[in-house]
Amino acid sequence: MIAVCQFGGSNCDRDAVLALRDLGLEAERVWHADGLPEDADGVVLPGGFSYGDYLRAGAMAARAPVLREIRAAAAEGVPVLGICNGAQVGTETGLVPGAFTTNASARFRCEHVHLRVENAETPWTEGFEPGEVLTLPIAHGEGRFEIGEDALADLEDDDRILFRYCNETGEVTDEANPNGSVGGVAGLLGERERTAVLMPHPERATLPDLGGTDGRVILQGFASEAEG
Amino acid sequence: MAAYTASVTVRLKPGVLDPEAETTKRALERLDFDLDDLRSADRFEIDLEAPSPEAAAERADAMAERLLTNPTIHDCTVEVEPADPAAGATR
Repeated sequence: MIAVCQFGGSNCDRDAVLALRDLGLEAERVWHADGLPEDADGVVLPGGFSYGDYLRAGAMAARAPVLREIRAAAAEGVPVLGICNGAQVGTETGLVPGAFTTNASARFRCEHVHLRVENAETPWTEGFEPGEVLTLPIAHGEGRFEIGEDALADLEDDDRILFRYCNETGEVTDEANPNGSVGGVAGLLGERERTAVLMPHPERATLPDLGGTDGRVILQGFASEAEG
Repeated sequence: MAAYTASVTVRLKPGVLDPEAETTKRALERLDFDLDDLRSADRFEIDLEAPSPEAAAERADAMAERLLTNPTIHDCTVEVEPADPAAGATR
């Protein structure tokens, strides 16, 4: 069962459950204070505004007791996917390095963006070709990925960048970068490839009539890992 | 044990973009104020009991490290003063 961990202020938890179930997976919303169920063989940290983004987006949820359980599960190889606010929780809790902070424009951005697949040999991207250009929706005010130059170089050397914002032909440009993220980073891996975070919303792109199906491919990878 | 107030000031590291400060600066300029630059910071005033000012600072440092800052983007300073009893009474 994939546990979609709900905090006060999460608002993409239902979408994530429905999208995963549409792929034929068992998925349940789990209230954070109830802890991680023993039969959880996958975890989604969903989007939203947990704890009202108090202090910093994701900061409070990252210190909730359930995150200790989720970090331990991730260390054992349980797949964990952080989406949007879940990605912010992921950096704040140390599942992945760096920080997601205020968009360079200081504006909330809600639109479809293009993403280039940087590493197609991960559970989340194995359904894509390297360099393939996807379209996914974003909806965030604090999505600017920040990390020191050396740490970014380490991530690149280790092939831990999953996606970069790009234009429709796959070029990573400032114009195509909706939030000013360093290196155009939109998603990255944790120390294990089964831990990943991304600011765009794959669960909002799983039905052909509603925003495309590129997100399905990402969740499908998650699905196959969770089952295996 | 004595009562102290630890003031933790959290700033963005030099070179980290601060879009909210930029926006605030532009708004001040629209109000016809003359300024060169503007930086924002968060300040937390923490009342606590500790055996010494050093012990109070150490605890406040730990709070900054564990929660109040994100070390990727923040620097912080901690100052400790004896608690102001009047301040407590008015809150």
